[in-house]
Amino acid sequence: MSSDARQAGIKPGLTPLRIIVGLILVLGIIVTVLRFTTGLAGVTNLDHSNPWGLWIGFDLLCGVALAAGGFVTSAAVYIFGLKKYRSAVRPAILTGFLGYALVVVALGYDVGIPWRLPYPFFVQAGPTSFLFEVALCVALYLTVLFLEFSPAALEWLGYSRLRNLIVKLTLVLTIFGVILSTMHQSSLGGLYLIAPSKLHPLWYTAYLPVLFFVSSIVAGLSMVILESTLSAKYFNRVLDKSHQQEQDILPLGFAKAAALILLAYFFLQVISLALDNDWGYLTSGYGLWYCLELSVFVLLPCFLYAVGYREKNLRIIRFTSVLAVIGIVVNRFNVSLVAFNWHLPLSERYFPSWMEVVISIFLVTLGILAFRFIVTRMPVLFEHPEYRDSH
Amino acid sequence: MSIDRRTFLALLGASSLNLVPALEAKGASKHFEGYPDSYGILFDSVRCIGCRRCEIGCNEVNDLPLPEEPFEDLGVLDKKRRLNERAYTIVNKYHPEGRSAPVYRKLQCNHCLEPACASSCFVAAYTKTPSGAVIYDQSVCVGCRYCMIACPFNVPAYTYADPVSPRIMKCTMCYPRIIRGKLPGCVQACPNEALNFGTREEMLSLARERIKGHPDSYLDHIYGEHEMGGTNWLYISGVPFPELGMNENLGTTPAPKLTSGALAAVPVIAALWPVLLGGIYVMNKRRDTQAEQEKDQAVTRARTEADEKAEAKLKAFKKQAEQEKQEAVAKAVHEAEEKASSQTDEES
Repeated sequence: MSSDARQAGIKPGLTPLRIIVGLILVLGIIVTVLRFTTGLAGVTNLDHSNPWGLWIGFDLLCGVALAAGGFVTSAAVYIFGLKKYRSAVRPAILTGFLGYALVVVALGYDVGIPWRLPYPFFVQAGPTSFLFEVALCVALYLTVLFLEFSPAALEWLGYSRLRNLIVKLTLVLTIFGVILSTMHQSSLGGLYLIAPSKLHPLWYTAYLPVLFFVSSIVAGLSMVILESTLSAKYFNRVLDKSHQQEQDILPLGFAKAAALILLAYFFLQVISLALDNDWGYLTSGYGLWYCLELSVFVLLPCFLYAVGYREKNLRIIRFTSVLAVIGIVVNRFNVSLVAFNWHLPLSERYFPSWMEVVISIFLVTLGILAFRFIVTRMPVLFEHPEYRDSH
Repeated sequence: MSIDRRTFLALLGASSLNLVPALEAKGASKHFEGYPDSYGILFDSVRCIGCRRCEIGCNEVNDLPLPEEPFEDLGVLDKKRRLNERAYTIVNKYHPEGRSAPVYRKLQCNHCLEPACASSCFVAAYTKTPSGAVIYDQSVCVGCRYCMIACPFNVPAYTYADPVSPRIMKCTMCYPRIIRGKLPGCVQACPNEALNFGTREEMLSLARERIKGHPDSYLDHIYGEHEMGGTNWLYISGVPFPELGMNENLGTTPAPKLTSGALAAVPVIAALWPVLLGGIYVMNKRRDTQAEQEKDQAVTRARTEADEKAEAKLKAFKKQAEQEKQEAVAKAVHEAEEKASSQTDEES
C-alpha cells in the first residue's frame, strides 16, 4: 500500500473528535505555560504533606506499568520463541517507547527543576535511593526502546544498512530490555517501602516491588490486546494480511498468560496479607476498598480472561483487557494517592486540580497523536515490502 | 599471571576469613549509634509555655520571610499548623483529655541518626554531619520531593510557588551557628529552658534526670531515643506523645534499613536474568532446530523409501520384461525351428 493511498484514508474537515482534540491541545499548552511561569503552586493542589500527586500516580506509575507491553511482547516472541505473535512486537514497542517518552515529559512538569533531571547521573549520584534505581533504568530503557523501534523508522527512511545492523542486535536488546524492565517496574513499588508510617498497611508490604513487577506484566499483556483491538478498528486500512490474521490469535494467547499471572498476583497479595497479619484491617472502610480492588480488578479479570480463552471469545477478552487496564490504574492510585497519607484528616488530603488533570490528558493525547502519525507512515502495522520475511 | 593451586586456596581462605567477621559485625550491630559527641536538643513539653519566642529566634537567625500572622498573635497556636516553606519550626497547642492547662509541642526537623531524607535522595543532597545536623544542598536538588514522601515526621517543606529555583526548606539545627560554638536560634530564644542544647548523650542524661526527679510530671519515655533508629532531637512530656500529634508507632528501624534489603535484591536481577533468559532462548532455539532437523530427516527417509520402492518395482518390471522377452525369443526360435523342420520334412 503506498503512502499516498494511506493518506487518502484521512479526510480533511472538522469532526467532533477533532474539535475535542484541538481543545485539549490548546488547554494543555495554556496550562504548560502556567506551570513554568507560576510554579507548581500555580497549577497543582500539591502541598507539603502531599508532595506527589496525579503526575506521579498516573503519569509515572501508570505510564510505566501500561508501557510494559514492549518488553512483554518482545520477550514472548524473541526469547520464549512464540513467533506467531511477531506482528504484535512493533506496535507494542512503539506504544512502550511513546509511553516512556511521555513519562519523562511528565516528570519535566512534576519535578521542580526539570533541567537538572540528568544530575543523578552526571553531577552527584544517590545510589541508596530507589528513585535513583528508577531513574537509571528508565533512562537506559528509553534508549533500548528507541533502538528496538528504530528499524521501523529506518525502513521508512530507507537506511537499510543501519537497519540491518540494529536488527542483528534484537536478542541482546530484548534481554537488556527485560532486565531493565524487571528492575524499574519493581523499583517503582520499592519507592514506597521507605514510608511504612504513611501507606495503609493493606497496601504496604515488603512485596511491593514484586507486586508492581508482576502486575506490570498483566498491564503489558492487556495493553497489547487493547492496542491491537483499537488498531484493528481505527487503522484497519494500514494493516496487512499477516497482521490482520494475527489480530485474532494474539488475544487468545495473551489472555491465557494474563489469567495465569493474575492468579499468581492474587496469591502474592494473600501471602503478603498473611505475612503482615493484616486480616484485621479487612473489615474497615479501607479493607472494603482493598477487597473490591482484589475482587473486581484482579479475580474478575483473571476469571474472564480464562473464560475468554476457553470459549475462544474475543469480545470477552477485549472487554477484560479494558477492565485489567483500569485495574492497574486503580492499584497505582491506591498505593500513591488513596491509601497514602491515610491517617491524615480528609481536609489535609490531596485531590488533583483540574489543571493537573488537563496535563495528564494532554500528554496521553500527544501520545495517541504520535502513535497515529507513526503507524500511518512507518511499517508498524504492516511489513515493509522490501524487508518481508527478513526477520 | 599464574597462580598455583596452593596460592589459590590460600587466597580463598584469606578472603573468606576476612568476609566472616565483616558479616558478623554487620549482623551484630543493631544500628548506627550516631556520631560520637554529636549535638542534641531536648524539648521539654512540661516547661514549654507556648510563647513562640523559638519561632521568632529561628526566623531571625535563618533570615526567613515573616509569617502571615505576626509572632505576637498567640491565637495562631489554636490552629493545627505544620512546617512550611516560611517556618523551620512551629509550636502547636494541644488540649489533652483530663487536663485543664494546654500542652505545647515544638516541631522542627528531628535530625535522625540515619535520616530517611538522605537515604531517599537520588542526588544525595542531604548530609548527616558529624555535628548531628542533617543539612540540605540546594545546588544539586532536582525537586523530585521524594524526601518529603520518605520523612516519617513530615518535616521537609517545598517552595511550590517558585517557578525557577524551588527548593526544600527545613531546619538545619542552625548548622552554621553550632559549628562556630553558638546556640541554635530557637534554643537561644527560649525563656524557660524548655529547650536545652548539648551533646546527645548529655541531653539523654538530662532527660533521664528530669524524669527521675519528677516522676509525677513526666512519662518514662524519651521520644527520639529509639524512634526511627534514634534522632538528635529528643522530647519528654507529661502526656502521651500521641496526644501531642506525635506518632509512637514508627518503630525503631532506621529508614535506610527499610529499603536496603530490596535494593540489594535489584542487582541480582542484572546478574541472573541474562543467564535465565539466554538459557530459555537457547532451549527454544534448540527445540526449533531439532524439530526442523527431525522434519528434514523424516522427509529424507520418506523420500529414500519411496525411491527404493520405485527402484525395486522398476527392477521387478525390468526382470519381468526381460523374462518375457527371452520367452518370446525362445518361443520365436522354437517356432522358427519347428517351421524349418516341417519345411525340411516337406522337401524331403
